Amino acid sequence: MAARKARTPAASLDKAQQLWLLACAFLALLPAAEHVPLWLTGVAGLALAWRVILWWQGLPLPPRWLLTFLVLAGTAGVFITYRQLFGKDPGVALLVLFMVLKLLELRSTRDALTVVLLSYFLLLTHFLETQSIGFAGLSLLALIVATAAMASLARRGGTVAAHLRLSMLMLAQAAPFMLVLFLLFPRVQGPLWGMPVDAYSGMSGLSDTMSPGSIGNLSLSGEIAFRVQFDGAIPPRQALYWRGPVLRFFDGRTWHAGVPQIMPSRELPHAVSGPAIAYTLTLEPHNKPWLFALEMPGTLPANAIITSESQMLARMPIRSRLRYALLSHPEYSLGGSNSADSFKPLLQLPDGNPKTRVLMSQWRKEAGGDEALIRRLLAHFRQESFFYTLTPPLLGEHGVDEFLFGTRRGFCEHFASAFVFAMRAAGIPARVVTGYQGGEHNPVDGYFIVRQSDAHAWAEVWLPQRGWLRVDPTAAVAPNRIETGLATAVGTGEPLPFMVRADLDWLRALRFRWEALSNSWNQWVLGYTPERQRELLSRLGMIEPDWQAMTAAMGTLCGLLLLGLMAWALRKRATRDPLLRAWERLSGKLSRIGLARHAWEGPADYAHRVAAAQPVLAKPVADIAALYIALRYGRAGSREAADRLNRMIALLKVPTRT
Amino acid sequence: MPESPIAETIGQAGRIVLGKERQIRLALTCFLARGHLLIEDLPGMGKTILAHVLAKLLGLDFHRIQCTADMLPADIMGVAIYDRGSGSFQFHPGPIFSQVVLVDEINRATPKTQSALLEAMEEHQVTCEGETRLLPEPFFVIATQNPYHQIGTFPLPESQLDRFLMRIEMGYPDHSAERELLSGADRRDMLNGLPPCLQPGQLIELQRNVILVHASPALIAYVQAIAEHTRRSPDYQIGLSPRAALALLRAARAWALIDQRDIVLPEDVQAVLPAIVGHRLHAPGGNTMPSSVEMAGKLVAAVPVP
Repeated sequence: MAARKARTPAASLDKAQQLWLLACAFLALLPAAEHVPLWLTGVAGLALAWRVILWWQGLPLPPRWLLTFLVLAGTAGVFITYRQLFGKDPGVALLVLFMVLKLLELRSTRDALTVVLLSYFLLLTHFLETQSIGFAGLSLLALIVATAAMASLARRGGTVAAHLRLSMLMLAQAAPFMLVLFLLFPRVQGPLWGMPVDAYSGMSGLSDTMSPGSIGNLSLSGEIAFRVQFDGAIPPRQALYWRGPVLRFFDGRTWHAGVPQIMPSRELPHAVSGPAIAYTLTLEPHNKPWLFALEMPGTLPANAIITSESQMLARMPIRSRLRYALLSHPEYSLGGSNSADSFKPLLQLPDGNPKTRVLMSQWRKEAGGDEALIRRLLAHFRQESFFYTLTPPLLGEHGVDEFLFGTRRGFCEHFASAFVFAMRAAGIPARVVTGYQGGEHNPVDGYFIVRQSDAHAWAEVWLPQRGWLRVDPTAAVAPNRIETGLATAVGTGEPLPFMVRADLDWLRALRFRWEALSNSWNQWVLGYTPERQRELLSRLGMIEPDWQAMTAAMGTLCGLLLLGLMAWALRKRATRDPLLRAWERLSGKLSRIGLARHAWEGPADYAHRVAAAQPVLAKPVADIAALYIALRYGRAGSREAADRLNRMIALLKVPTRT
Repeated sequence: MPESPIAETIGQAGRIVLGKERQIRLALTCFLARGHLLIEDLPGMGKTILAHVLAKLLGLDFHRIQCTADMLPADIMGVAIYDRGSGSFQFHPGPIFSQVVLVDEINRATPKTQSALLEAMEEHQVTCEGETRLLPEPFFVIATQNPYHQIGTFPLPESQLDRFLMRIEMGYPDHSAERELLSGADRRDMLNGLPPCLQPGQLIELQRNVILVHASPALIAYVQAIAEHTRRSPDYQIGLSPRAALALLRAARAWALIDQRDIVLPEDVQAVLPAIVGHRLHAPGGNTMPSSVEMAGKLVAAVPVP
């Protein structure tokens, strides 16, 4: 009988408390669905559903042997998936597993507390995966529910609103501490969250190779590559070429960058002139060292280096958001003073594509000079039926021939590749430059957003005396791409990323707002680096604080906050009525032996309860209660009687608990 | 210490209505507070016997009205009939002209009859043919209704329910009480041999003494806090009216008097609370009807004693 009874669902937890715990666990588990193995998501979902049905029907919980079996099987599953049980991912998977199994043996308050604490911890682990503002919002909700679940454990039978109110009050009281710790806790270089061994996979961006379709694929992503804040007016779109990897070597299909030649002592390879554009760029992590700049940078950010091809690089791959300020000059000259011989490698061509070679040698004979040849090829692109499309046909062995004489449909990499090939075939040094072109102004916060879909490839040709000139063959075919952006340049029905489409105005407006919000989140919360911390503290008057000073400030502030909260709590407790205060002192005294007065308990009932529990106290407490009743509910009270009450309570000897 | 007549009444009644001391006390409280009582329960739970016992012990005359759907107000109030001998209309008082009136199954009467009855209860007078006649003093109505079989009945609207100071439920007797009931003598016979414990004059004096029971400012604050809580809390559809708060205080005073105290304690308020608020408060949504004890328990737990 006793064993059966123990197995009824959560004998000491009522249905409402169980529902709170289920909701709290669900919210803590929800974000995990994205990054635990699929089988575990399934198992957790089934276990949760099973638990909800048990709750709904009031059925008994599963027996212990079944749970033991599930623990062993699940742990084995995690081990098989990860080949180990230690480390971040197996750890999170095990936490998820234990959490759902704990729900299946939710019997006592102790189990319930375990679930709540596990929820807090699980929420914390999700930050190792993502720190987006949406997730932060979800976490806040989960925190409120978890704390409310705890409130429901402490105060059985309260209303939903009361639990939520208490939970939010507690979190509001915690908020100032959070703020102090966030601002003052000594920061280390690197992202706020993250583990050193994390693989930085899944980050998209430009690479140092380019083959047909690679930029087209990148264009399908609406992800943000970087954000720019221009100090002055935004330059016209045609000038917005964000320079990235420069590709020199061609194997007939793929362009490669080769080993970059770093300029010694950060000297600029190009000369700039004319007015400058000042801006600050916030680069999303892309796990490559490239830094992007508007052509051409007149200065270098700290710690940046530059190649002889004017590509800016960081010394390490970019693995956390990076901000840098730059000055760029649209007027520049690059390599004009060099001799033609130094660019011999840039005439290198693989075998193949005979038709293109024949055509170019013929044009070479006909054309007056290099510039005329370039103009002729661009005119050819413009006048013949070449199409700019995200879905070009596949190319075979002689890719350039097939493109120029056959398919004539391509994305920017096809045009850039064919153009550079043709130039080299005609004896003009040429190379492919990749990067981003254009971008989008967010009217909400004034930031200029450049997405992966703005990825672009163009060409550079070298002319004696004039140096490297930018030629964008895509501009000849699809001028819209450069003037207004990708969305209007390709035909309708192309598989554009949803977020880049031009036709949904309300969606664009919504997207602008959302991105402005997450930008401020990135800039102010996630981007709160040691530099920003120092900057803020120096503005607050702490010049060059060391970690000891910061810790001391943090401790002081937290202490002051704690004192403030305590004063607030005490002020709420302090009652002016001396009688009531005396009466509460009695309750406080008796609370030591577990006989505190319930707030709703009348004095006579209380005296009876104490007498029943502690017969020794029956007489003195009954006397005290009688005097209190006479003073508080009777006709007359006197100062002297109140003092007597106080004395009686002070003299009351409470036996120690046995 | 000589036993007070009230305690004796309770003791005597408890010998006949077994295991229902709380209900007897509440009924007496209601009577002393000059309210009327509504007893809601299944048939055969001792509603009638309780009414009968009380009337007998208090030395009052007793009438019973069995309500039916075809009953007219005149059947209760009385009617003026032309008397050939005297050549004038002669008023024949109805059963309501009695000190204790048991109105059985009040919800079987039509709304018209109900309202006439409830008006008489409220005003303590009956107006017939333009002439107003006072009802006897003390005047106490015990109405019963069966809450479970509502077909063909006219449930009392909330405004009418408010005219009853208290609503109580009898409930099944516990094991030993039922055993005693089954093995004991016939209750009707016991009733007939019952001597009154109180004189009518004594009774009216007791009723007057109710308002003399002292309610301290702290206690009035408690009653007010309870009423305010029901108005603020989302657990109740409508909060308690000021009249309900008055009723609560009056009943608590009467309860204290029965306990032979001259001051009201929070415990008195808590004791009468279920009977006072059970028919006045409703849970929102209204699909589940919590019992009055549950509802009052929740209310008590929510309001700290000042």
